[in-house]
Amino acid sequence: MPLRTDIQKVMVLGSGPIVIGQAAEFDYAGTQACRALREEGLEVVLVNSNPATIMTDKAMADRVYIEPMTIDAVKAIIKKERPDSLLPNLGGQTGLNLAMELCEDGFLEEMGVKLLGANPDTIAKAEDRQIFKDTMEKIGEPCIASKVVHTVEDAIAFTEEIGLPVIIRPAYTLGGTGGGIAHTWDELKEIAATGIMYSRVDEILVEKDISGWKEIEYEVMRDRKGNAITICNMENVDPVGVHTGDSVVVAPSQTLCDKEYQMLRSSALKIITELGIEGGCNVQFALHPTSFEYAVIEVNPRVSRSSALASKATGYPIAKVTAKIAIGYGLDEIINAVTGKTYACFEPTIDYIVAKFPRWPFDKFVYADNSLGTQMKATGEVMAIAPSFEQAMMKSVRGAEIKLDSLVMPRLQKWTDDEVKAGVYRANDERLFVICEAFRRGLMTIEQVFDITKIDTWFLHGFMNIVDMEKELAACKTLDADLYLRAKKLGFLDKTIEAMSGQTIGDFRRLPVYKTVDTCAAEFDAETPYYYSTFDDENEVKPSDGRKKVLVLGSGPIRIGQGIEFDYCSVHSVWALKALGCETVIINNNPETVSTDFDTADRLYFEPLTPEDVTGVINAEKPDAAIVQFGGQTAINLAQHIEKLGVPILGTPAWSIDAAEDREKFDVILEKCGIPRPKGDTVMTEEEAVEVADRLGYPVLVRPSYVLGGQGMEIAFSEEDIREYMQVITRNKVENPVLVDKYMMGREIEVDAICDGDDILIPGIMEHFERAGVHSGDSISIYPSINIEQKHKDTIIRYTEALAKNLAVLGLVNIQFVLYNDEVFVIEVNPRSSRTVPYISKVTGVPMVDLATRCMFGEKLKDMGYGTGLYPESDYYAVKVPVFSFQKLRDLDTQLGPEMKSTGEVLGVSKSFKEALFKGLSGASYEMRKRKGAVMISVRPADKQEAVSIASRFEALGYELYATSGTANTLNRHMVATNVVYNAFEPDQHPNILDMIDNGEVDYVISTSIKGRHPELASVKIRRAAVEHAIPCLTAIDTANALLNCLESNMKIANCEMVDINTIR
Amino acid sequence: MKKAYLLLADGTLFEGKACGYEGQSIGEVVFNTGMAGYQEVLTDPSYYGQVVTMTYPLVGNYGINFEDYESHKSWVSGFIMRDICQYPSNWRSRHTLDHYLKSQKVVGLYGIDTRQLTRILRNNGVMNGIIYTEGYEPDEAAKQAMQEYLVKNAVKTVTSTQESICKADGETRYHIALLDFGVKYNIERELQSRGCEVTVLPGDSDPQEILSGNFDGVMLTNGPGDPAENVQIVANLNVLVESGIPIFGICLGHQLMALAIGAKTEKMRFGHRGVNHPVKDIDLDRTYITSQNHGYAVVKDSVDPAVARVRYVNLNDGSVEGIEHINRPVFTVQFHPEVCPGPMDTSFLFDKFLENIDKAKEGAPVCR
Repeated sequence: MPLRTDIQKVMVLGSGPIVIGQAAEFDYAGTQACRALREEGLEVVLVNSNPATIMTDKAMADRVYIEPMTIDAVKAIIKKERPDSLLPNLGGQTGLNLAMELCEDGFLEEMGVKLLGANPDTIAKAEDRQIFKDTMEKIGEPCIASKVVHTVEDAIAFTEEIGLPVIIRPAYTLGGTGGGIAHTWDELKEIAATGIMYSRVDEILVEKDISGWKEIEYEVMRDRKGNAITICNMENVDPVGVHTGDSVVVAPSQTLCDKEYQMLRSSALKIITELGIEGGCNVQFALHPTSFEYAVIEVNPRVSRSSALASKATGYPIAKVTAKIAIGYGLDEIINAVTGKTYACFEPTIDYIVAKFPRWPFDKFVYADNSLGTQMKATGEVMAIAPSFEQAMMKSVRGAEIKLDSLVMPRLQKWTDDEVKAGVYRANDERLFVICEAFRRGLMTIEQVFDITKIDTWFLHGFMNIVDMEKELAACKTLDADLYLRAKKLGFLDKTIEAMSGQTIGDFRRLPVYKTVDTCAAEFDAETPYYYSTFDDENEVKPSDGRKKVLVLGSGPIRIGQGIEFDYCSVHSVWALKALGCETVIINNNPETVSTDFDTADRLYFEPLTPEDVTGVINAEKPDAAIVQFGGQTAINLAQHIEKLGVPILGTPAWSIDAAEDREKFDVILEKCGIPRPKGDTVMTEEEAVEVADRLGYPVLVRPSYVLGGQGMEIAFSEEDIREYMQVITRNKVENPVLVDKYMMGREIEVDAICDGDDILIPGIMEHFERAGVHSGDSISIYPSINIEQKHKDTIIRYTEALAKNLAVLGLVNIQFVLYNDEVFVIEVNPRSSRTVPYISKVTGVPMVDLATRCMFGEKLKDMGYGTGLYPESDYYAVKVPVFSFQKLRDLDTQLGPEMKSTGEVLGVSKSFKEALFKGLSGASYEMRKRKGAVMISVRPADKQEAVSIASRFEALGYELYATSGTANTLNRHMVATNVVYNAFEPDQHPNILDMIDNGEVDYVISTSIKGRHPELASVKIRRAAVEHAIPCLTAIDTANALLNCLESNMKIANCEMVDINTIR
Repeated sequence: MKKAYLLLADGTLFEGKACGYEGQSIGEVVFNTGMAGYQEVLTDPSYYGQVVTMTYPLVGNYGINFEDYESHKSWVSGFIMRDICQYPSNWRSRHTLDHYLKSQKVVGLYGIDTRQLTRILRNNGVMNGIIYTEGYEPDEAAKQAMQEYLVKNAVKTVTSTQESICKADGETRYHIALLDFGVKYNIERELQSRGCEVTVLPGDSDPQEILSGNFDGVMLTNGPGDPAENVQIVANLNVLVESGIPIFGICLGHQLMALAIGAKTEKMRFGHRGVNHPVKDIDLDRTYITSQNHGYAVVKDSVDPAVARVRYVNLNDGSVEGIEHINRPVFTVQFHPEVCPGPMDTSFLFDKFLENIDKAKEGAPVCR
């Protein structure tokens, strides 16, 4: 069954902004799909609101709409483009839900659009809890005792039948938003109520708790002919009870015999066949640990995070094959690109073990609840490949960039024995390390830990092996070649071996060799150089072809502050290098990304981004040069190490990166250029910090140097604040100094520029909607700027040029300014790519990474056709709006501040600024329909004056106003009629602000406070309550103004022009 | 910890650690790419005369249980792994793999780069080798024997010497004669679960006796070795084919049947051993994932289209995976529908065999 002839123009839906539970894996999937469709000569129309993605690149689709992922927007685009078909199963839950809605109301049929890869019945069978259960029952596949309910009362009634504990799973949500395990009746009431609210259809599943069973997943594929295969299976180290996105996962399963493996495999294939899925699908099982009893937990009738992992784990390109199947091909007609000789209709077999380790945000969000359950909390993940479980674990842990290079978590060493024992009971991001600590101190046996955690003893033995090796190293009198090699095979770094043994490694030091990921355990020769390291003798690295070879460092796991945008930059750099005739080598360990696709770079090394791991690759590849400026802070941190190994860094030199971060060196440069910056100083201790703050006058900005995303950055209004922050910042240990700066509450301006050594090109000047103090990643950002006078623009251009040259920038530089009292100050310079590069590249049409890469090869900007200086401003406005994952992170204060909190972003593009802003806010899911018609306001003293205008604007729109006493007094004094409610610290007084939020009586909450963070504080409780009840909560006056602009304009998406960004330049 | 070694016929020497039985053993070195199923592999008689290397690095994770044997003993000449699990974890596990290898006198070797070994076998074809524990170093005579080693008298060695009966699960609906060339238990189980009483007969049983035994059909099993060495059995099968009795053949049974209808077999470079081999049914345009274990194959062009047709082919290398007789109720497959280990996608072939029997009873044409 070859290509269908009734398909010419396909619409592909992306997954929208990155949120917890839906991350870069869908950029990878969508990008593969777009390429697969276009190589068949099909016209591709892409819709995705996320501008940081590769899939929204001009080169990826014929028409690219960076528009809100809402039903109205997609309908408008379909009307405009008239595609003949729609591919919904590569855009995550967002894409699938949209497609369902389009189908349900008959729109697709009306427009003659065929749904590819899945039909509405299929989706409903998998996504609707009751239909799913009925379907499973029909084909004899066991489910867990459960019932779909729509009210809390019904949830209680059913639980009375099956008994506590129960799991609550809301229908149609991603990452299990709003779900949880209820052990008590109170918990049941609370979680059921939340779940119903988060579900698109007010529906939850109440289910028997089977925590402790093995959690096993299968990735399966099926084509129109009915050929069905499994790509791989995976076993969660944490048993059922911890979300698979938050569990360490290995592939393939380790503790299943063939009978168990095949039993579940057959079940998965039976399910995909019954559902009639054409493409990739994920089936999750719970397997009873001491019998053949199993239950189907969940089916995702689409490409998922797990399928990205399975693709990278096996080399099998699931998304690409899914797209080919959707347009008519059979699995037996698609070539296996890895071997080049076999077909996609086979099951990969692997001869290594893969471990996935989640990347959680709790290092940044120290007050957020770090317990793990059915709701996913990780923002990203890393994967490691090795011949042993131990080595894979060690590689994944050190690759997660959590300041660990082994399973020793230094902080736990201070815990008492009782604390360690108690810690084993708590499922959280630290538990694995606590277990190892318990083993290390001999506090618990493997069996005892198994009894508590239900983590299979096979995995626990693996951890024990690692701990035993730590002990053996610590006890060894002489470190000999045998012990060294055994440690290496368990994944220990040289520096860890030396530190633990207290001895230096002799002339038996070894570098790794590299093996190939080939889908077939060496049965066939592989054509794709996709490598991982081992400590064996045979090296499979293919000889080079003589082209200049350049190493590009990736950016590691997705975390807050370092997201998908850096993968965009790395990938573009690889493409630019290829176009320049270079052979490209990439090192990265993030399975969700395009950069780790086997056909992005010429050679892919799936390895942690640590000095030693990078040394191994450099030794094997001997690259002529390396590029670090596109891989975020991860790559930048390796610059000096790479240079020491004698590999030249292309572009901005390592000293410049240091100069931009080092306070004193940077001040010298600023002075030389005559550029002012907010006054400040460098400190190492709490006392110094207090002293400097007193000198500068409060408020001050406090932050550690060498961090990203404003990690640990706070505004301090008092000495008490300073002391608290310093304690948090120094929680691990102070390696780098802490910066204390005068805080200027002005307009923030951001510039990304390219410098060729002589000239600069500024594609655009961006202005932040929120005043300085809100992290640039969390601000609404506007291009072209609307409030900056020409004289200031001239100053910015001048400063940018001076800074770029004096910092010897060759390539990209990102500079942040603040406009304060009619004067431009420099806040920060990052001589590397930034978060805004993808979006500015797209809106301006300036291929920034491409130009920057060419500059490194001596090309000059004036010869590249984009000019120098400030690039002419676009006719279109582009408004970037941040998107947060607050619902997933319990107890986290949502107030915006200098530390970044957003996980993703959307873009609104339009000829009018207002419409662009409206699109941006719509894309970021700000509800703009009037519902209850009420607004709740509770602001800090400094904001009270401005709150008056906000309130009166809401009043003019017909909203009823509620406020806590202080705010209400101010408003009423200014003749804005406001109802007084009691604050969250007076829970027994009514009407209470929390009750009103809990009862969903208000449309918006505007809440600011001097102090935040602590979950016990009243203001934090208010904001958390708003988040838990999905009520938009604005924590900056400026954001509220932005929203009001939209509400007042009364715009509708249907009336907006849908903009194909391929046509705007 | 003792060392152990593998010396290949081309002189390559792998040094690793000893497990299982201590000693020295000669065999044909092959690799299996399945990620689970080592217990079934060890007890599959088709591996007789072979030193088996597992490409999956961690072996023994779920131990050895009492239910998953595919015959009463292990037949391999040696077993090679990257790593052997000392602490298995599975609710049915009764022994460690190491314990089982010892009890079966199987010389084991682990701690070598099995991927490197696999690549040697892939590039050069299967090769003879000698696996030995430290202290059992081969002398020149042993090395010579290794070079000259051929798997011989394979079926004779593994077949049952006496007739035995496996009762049907539930009501007996069919009587099947099973010619044991090295049968895996699961062929018997698949038939028993479908209401067959299975009479297991020595592989070289007289065809006339079978035909006079009131059997509904004949099952030809898998087994080891070069099919061409079984001259008498091939002649016997010819008699059975001509009789018109429904026949279903698996693996060696398939190859012997091909020889019986005049086709030829050949030795493959490194064979198919694993659980992920795609096989295409040409008639239905469907591809199935199959379990395989064979080092010989039927020569494609040697099948006389006037007698039989190639219905199943391997999607990867185009090799013959199954044939159907033109005018007799006889079909055979190279792969293992009984699995153990492997995917159960083709177990419907047992149903097809029984449908052929039903049709034959009614005098109707066979199913296709």
